[in-house]
Amino acid sequence: MVHVSAAPVLALRGVSKRFGAVQALTDVELEVHSGEVVALVGDNGAGKSTLVKTIAGVHPIDDGVIEWQGRPVSITKPHDAQNLGIATVYQDLALCDNIDVVGNLFLGRELKRRGVLDEVEMERRARELLTTLSIRIPSVRIPIASLSGGQRQTVAIARSMLGEPQLVILDEPTAALGVEQTAQVLDLVERLRERGHAVILISHNMADVKAVADKVAVLRLGRNNGVFTVADTSQEEIISAITGATENAVTRRAARTGEAHK
Amino acid sequence: MSTHIDPVNPAAAHDAIPAVDPRLLVREQGFSGYLNEFGRKMKAGDLGSIPVVIGLVVIWSIFQGLNSNFLSPENLTNIAITMVATGMIAVGIIFVLLLGEIDLSVGSVSGVSGAIVAVLAVTHGVNEWLAILAAVAGGALIGAIHGFFFARIGAPAFAVTLSGLLFWSGAMLQILGSNGTINIDSDGVVGKLTTYYFSDVAAGYGLAAVAVVAYFLASFSDSKRRQAAGVPSRPLGEILLRTGLLALFTFGPAAVFNQYKGLPLAVVLFVVVLVGTDFVLRRTSFGRNVFALGGSVEASRRAGINVTGIRIAVFSISGTFAAIGGLFWASKIAAANQSAGAGDLLMNVIAAAVIGGTSLFGGRGRTWNALLGVMVITSIQYGLALEGIATPIQYMITGAVLLATVVIDSVTRKTQKTAGRA
Repeated sequence: MVHVSAAPVLALRGVSKRFGAVQALTDVELEVHSGEVVALVGDNGAGKSTLVKTIAGVHPIDDGVIEWQGRPVSITKPHDAQNLGIATVYQDLALCDNIDVVGNLFLGRELKRRGVLDEVEMERRARELLTTLSIRIPSVRIPIASLSGGQRQTVAIARSMLGEPQLVILDEPTAALGVEQTAQVLDLVERLRERGHAVILISHNMADVKAVADKVAVLRLGRNNGVFTVADTSQEEIISAITGATENAVTRRAARTGEAHK
Repeated sequence: MSTHIDPVNPAAAHDAIPAVDPRLLVREQGFSGYLNEFGRKMKAGDLGSIPVVIGLVVIWSIFQGLNSNFLSPENLTNIAITMVATGMIAVGIIFVLLLGEIDLSVGSVSGVSGAIVAVLAVTHGVNEWLAILAAVAGGALIGAIHGFFFARIGAPAFAVTLSGLLFWSGAMLQILGSNGTINIDSDGVVGKLTTYYFSDVAAGYGLAAVAVVAYFLASFSDSKRRQAAGVPSRPLGEILLRTGLLALFTFGPAAVFNQYKGLPLAVVLFVVVLVGTDFVLRRTSFGRNVFALGGSVEASRRAGINVTGIRIAVFSISGTFAAIGGLFWASKIAAANQSAGAGDLLMNVIAAAVIGGTSLFGGRGRTWNALLGVMVITSIQYGLALEGIATPIQYMITGAVLLATVVIDSVTRKTQKTAGRA
């Protein structure tokens, strides 16, 4: 399912980030193409969130180059990232519980008609958007509070789609969700890929990663620790890359049996 | 993996069925559908204005039973005029409550406003319109100062406005000077605020008719636009029913007022303010942003809303309406005196907003709540006064009603949480 286009939508070349005495990222490389889901995995403190924040413009990078569609760009504030076409959906959903789905989708960018909120047009567009993404919620006019966790997550993702971004970053979208709700969100991630968006998916859940990602980029202690193609990589290999246990009895035995088969 | 039906996961197959808007279902079932919807809302703790309407009916029945003059046109007109001062201030504080904050200074600010008008117009002979403008602008400025300390400096609104309460009551005494009390010309603009009646019978009915027709046309054209855009719309029957109810609640009071001196100017101004502020809150980006801040500050900030600006504006609105309320108060007692804005005014204002159905937790409420809440409080005051019951008992009863309301608010919130709606 990996469509390798001429230039990646986003490429990080030797990106480093330091917070005082802490070297959070060292020479990190990452490439994301359109129509591709790249899972970003790593242990706690591996630098996943920092990496995402540098792309989203929350923490400007210290060293290295960020390339957007082949051109080097500078992303120093969230606005820069948004203007390029990068949408980020953070773990804590940033939705207002007391406002209905339409209101949340258009929060901060309400459509107006003669200076007054154009509820009809917003509702029409909201329904259109949710239909194209096959998001199933009871009504676009009920408050977010009455939706399930999975439905809220899909609304948050749908909201990021309103600006027609080329790259969508999802920070732990399935954490704290039940089985059925996780399935809904993963379905949505696949629909984003089908529509040609590039997706960076941060996840702790290997099953989710295996289910939807095309590539897995592993971070360990702020450095790249391998980029794997999901189709021909086992879960154990990814996990050992995450934990740094690439050199142990199991992997050695696996390597030997691999050689024996040749 | 797009639309195929997964045999082992029936839920996925279920997903393929397009969702039907529950509002459409309600309408298809006709009358029983609306009844079911009502029952569902009750269970989910979505009580809205129902407790306060029931409370008002109970209060009116009790007082009418005790004294048959209670529901006389004269007494109802007096209640309607008296409630405007408190009601205006309550409108302002509802904006602050929607943010989930509190403004304790509104009583003092209303006193300052009355004092400014009296000193400028009576003592210094300034044109009364200019004096009113100065007082209202002063209220807006005072509110903006509170908002600045809250939103920009980050001091808790409770503490900032508590200091405001002290500071501005001192300022009022300073403005009034040694006289203490300044009488206001009862034939002047401020004086007329609470004493002018549109004695022509046509005024009340005409205004009611305009409101009903305007409401019908607005709903009807909105429904047509919705149909054209293919989104759920209200059927004609529902629009007619709502218009009929509105007619009942406009022509009814108009008839009552016309049996006494006519339609009071104060009531007209209050209704204009309610319609205007309701429009701002529900139909403009500003209003949407106020609700958003009441729901989640962090979400609002991430959505690019100017949090500081909205907060300062809201406190300024609160100060403005406190000043306007102060004018009505000065008009009612025909003077600016040292006790203005003191005593139970602040508590009554907050009580009115909360009794009317505005949540203390922020993000839930409408400015119409001010009307309902202040009707309850003023009715209690007038009813007890008719019975000759002393002030201490009035305070205790109002306190008990407020407690009951806060309990309803909290229980509602709990029920909503368990029903997954808060």
